[in-house]
Amino acid sequence: MSDTILADKPVRTYRDYGRPLWRRILLTHEMAIIGLLVLVYIVAYVSVPGFAGPLTIQYLLPNVAAVLLIALPMTLIIVTGEIDLSVASTAGLAGVAFGIANNAGLGVGVALVVALLVGVAAGAVNGFFITVVGLPSLAVTIGTLALFRGLAVGLVGTDRIGDFPAEMRSLVLDRIPGTPIPNIIVLFVVLALVFALVLHFTPAGRGIFAIGLSSEAARFSGVRIERTKFLLFVVSGLVSAVAGIYYALKTNVSLADNTAGLELSVIAAVLLGGVSIFGGRGALHGVIAGVLLIGFVGSALRLAGLTSDVISIVTGVLLVASVVATSFLAWLRVKRVVPGGKKGSPGPV
Amino acid sequence: MNPVLQRLTRFVTARETGILLALVIVVAITTIVNPRFLFSGDGFRDLLLTPSILLLVAVGQAIVIITRNVDLSVGSVLGLSAYLTGRVFIDLPWLPWPAVFLIGILFGGLLGLLNGALVAFAKVPSLVITLGTLYAFRGINVLWTGSDRINASDMPTDFLALGTSALAGIPYLTILAIVVLVIAGWFLRTQRAGRELYAIGSDPSAAHLYGLKVTQRTLAAFVVCGALAGLGGVLYAARYGTVNSQAGSGWELDAVGAAVIGGVAIFGGSGTVWGAAIGAYLLLTISRALPVVGVPDFWQGAVVGALILGAIVLDRLLALRTARRLRDVHARERKEVTS
Amino acid sequence: MFNRKIRATAVAGIALTVALVATGCAAGTGDTGGDTGGDANYSITFLPKNLGNAYFDTSDAGGAEAIEEFGGTYAEVGPATATPDSQVSFIDTAAQQGVGGLVVSANDPDALCDSLNTARDNGMKVVTFDSDVNADCRDLFINQADAEGIAKVEVDLIAEQIGGAGQVAILSAAATATNQNAWIDIMTEYIASDYPDIELVEVVYGDDDDQTSFDKTAGLLSTYPELKGIISPTTVGISAAARYLSTSEFKGKVALTGLGTPNQMRDYVLDGTVTAFALWNPGDLGYLAAYATKALIDGDITGAEGDEFDAGKLGSYTVGANGTVLLGDPFTFNADNIGDFDF
Repeated sequence: MSDTILADKPVRTYRDYGRPLWRRILLTHEMAIIGLLVLVYIVAYVSVPGFAGPLTIQYLLPNVAAVLLIALPMTLIIVTGEIDLSVASTAGLAGVAFGIANNAGLGVGVALVVALLVGVAAGAVNGFFITVVGLPSLAVTIGTLALFRGLAVGLVGTDRIGDFPAEMRSLVLDRIPGTPIPNIIVLFVVLALVFALVLHFTPAGRGIFAIGLSSEAARFSGVRIERTKFLLFVVSGLVSAVAGIYYALKTNVSLADNTAGLELSVIAAVLLGGVSIFGGRGALHGVIAGVLLIGFVGSALRLAGLTSDVISIVTGVLLVASVVATSFLAWLRVKRVVPGGKKGSPGPV
Repeated sequence: MNPVLQRLTRFVTARETGILLALVIVVAITTIVNPRFLFSGDGFRDLLLTPSILLLVAVGQAIVIITRNVDLSVGSVLGLSAYLTGRVFIDLPWLPWPAVFLIGILFGGLLGLLNGALVAFAKVPSLVITLGTLYAFRGINVLWTGSDRINASDMPTDFLALGTSALAGIPYLTILAIVVLVIAGWFLRTQRAGRELYAIGSDPSAAHLYGLKVTQRTLAAFVVCGALAGLGGVLYAARYGTVNSQAGSGWELDAVGAAVIGGVAIFGGSGTVWGAAIGAYLLLTISRALPVVGVPDFWQGAVVGALILGAIVLDRLLALRTARRLRDVHARERKEVTS
Repeated sequence: MFNRKIRATAVAGIALTVALVATGCAAGTGDTGGDTGGDANYSITFLPKNLGNAYFDTSDAGGAEAIEEFGGTYAEVGPATATPDSQVSFIDTAAQQGVGGLVVSANDPDALCDSLNTARDNGMKVVTFDSDVNADCRDLFINQADAEGIAKVEVDLIAEQIGGAGQVAILSAAATATNQNAWIDIMTEYIASDYPDIELVEVVYGDDDDQTSFDKTAGLLSTYPELKGIISPTTVGISAAARYLSTSEFKGKVALTGLGTPNQMRDYVLDGTVTAFALWNPGDLGYLAAYATKALIDGDITGAEGDEFDAGKLGSYTVGANGTVLLGDPFTFNADNIGDFDF
């Protein structure tokens, strides 16, 4: 991180606390995204035929559940200033392990444990290279992105491993009676509460923010950086495994390319939700709104007869616009506080 | 030490030499298993030809990574440019065919300019911006192409021949790629602007305070990267003869992977385009070699992943060794001064 | 600060709102056609494996022709890439739109099932063509030709071209493609039983991606110097392989056959790279699928074995076992007849 950026930070922080409470809560990136989400929902509800029915939510939630799950640990990792590009490959590998174990007649319980252990191991591999060897997470997880997917492809090749027990599938996929909400969302809500509590209300969470803001300062104030990061990558592997198992159950088949490409959807949603890629800034409610925003825009556009092309353009533009707007506002603020002040060089990746 | 020996020592200890050695070993083993991998007309041609386009994209990617940025949109830029090439042949048949190169390069440069402007002026991290444009450019491509596809019959045979034929056994594409590589390598090594890219990547703030034109140089790096991806798109059309809306998807990871394998540090400031180029060759040659040596097709991805991890671990070890040596040298000097 | 943030959010919100309203209106006007087809809901959506695929362009055009004949509304949607679950959201959307029938070529036999069944519970008729899903999640499958016939015609063609002996390889589509895997199994058995001198050395997967198929062809030829022939039971694969062969030293020496479309293969048949290849008419396939969907919507048939329905210019068809309708035998294209076809 550049010195000039660090030098700006106290200025901003003082201003934040100088504002009244309601402003601090309402006028944030997170609230802007939530507002946009509500707006999109209302507009689509009124103007897009077919969107108003309960089917919209009933269809959307199972399709975004995997992204929602992985977005939780991803948020924490990005807040520390690291990144995990291997999540979708971990999910795919865990799904394949789940399928193989289940097929081998070990029983669903054992298969679950095996798949979760695979996820933990994958996360530990990332964590080892990043915290023990000291390599940049971007490079490591590009490597493990290829490695974990390659292992999944190598293990099953062209085989289709499917036919999971119906009870297991319905346990995850059935809707809560009287609502359009599938059971997996219950698990997500529980996990989201845990993650939110840890990140926003515990010393450990403040440590995570501290690492992202300035890892040296964090180290001197007693945050165990390596251990924290290692744990976060292990948790990321574990939750990715849960998402991978869910995905295999949902499609009722473990294929080598299950969830391929999901990492980009997750990261796009996390950044759209207001988490800074430099670390040190972000909140989980924004991230969840980001996932849902991309999901609702997608279903509204599809219902309006537009296909995948327009949806990916909108996703891309939303992402770029949201970060450019944030950066622009920060620049305006700095300009107002430091008259004629010019911000320093662009930061690192 | 005599200068020849000195140069030799530098070559042997260079980071790129290790990767080159790995490449030679891979080719050697594969050729021993099946001599046709190297010693047949098509074998030799494909060995050179297959990685040529990725080489161009990887060189552009390396330049951007050296400035401590990354361009994830190269695959989408390549796809758009490839389709544009086909459209130009269909819609402007009177244009002499070499003009498509200019159009492709300019078009790619323009898209690179957009990326660069968003990164350099809006001060937004390149990872986020180019992730966004990765989606957006691909979406535009699908929107524009629809179910259409460019077929070989839509393009002049001279142009297509460029994609597959060779001059004295060396494919035209490879010659072109090497020319670009040499120019980029020379520029980065000897020119002031090239050296400044390293300075910016090593420490953006220091470069800024020192008075380097950080914004301008960053912008230029993205334009060059886009232009090379654009050129790659034109060559893609020539090599493969058909272009649909998915041309080049997934190339971003190959390009970044090639640069990283070739020793370009992901956080900028070190590495060479030579390394990235050898990385591109190693990456694609390994993929082609595995089935020949009897490793099933399916394990390719795992090997590539292990290779990337191995390369960055190696880099880390080399960096630690260099740091230790510098510390030793420093300590010795201090001792000499005090004694 | 307050104003600026509000303003930025508002601008973004308004831009998005405008876009949504505009597209919402456009869709609204487009949809009204679906309700004019009398009492029956003849709005039928075609969902190919992916967009940008010449084969599905032809089959879906055949579907459009049929739907126009009986006065329904035709729509085509699809994902950009043929991955197993990429079709799910389009099936969901069709169900929300309340279309009468969905004609789908499945990327995966299992992954689409839940989604298709939910849609069927909401009254939508589901017909698969080209590539089937599990029999319990669709009403009918329009089979282009039975697997046996396709596999045998390809093996017979290659055997004839290489003189009944030598190494052959298969360049397939995605490793998970239902059709191709079924055909490859039959081909393997058929070669073993009827052509003992032919050795099947490897099956490689081009993922129905032009570039991958092209590179895999190059790989096969360098790996197996004794290779006499390649079978590519996928239209993308055979044209990529033909393009590689036509500029290589193997042109005319390594035989190539499989499933291809005449327009993609014409040049290579005329220049001698390929002697003969096979395919059914994909246009007829889409046409038949559309009429089958109509018959289901009308309630004329339920998909039970023995049901009979009228398919316009193709005449009358009968539903076979497992809710399958067979289009007919594959057709062999060669230099003599390829000029008669345009698809």
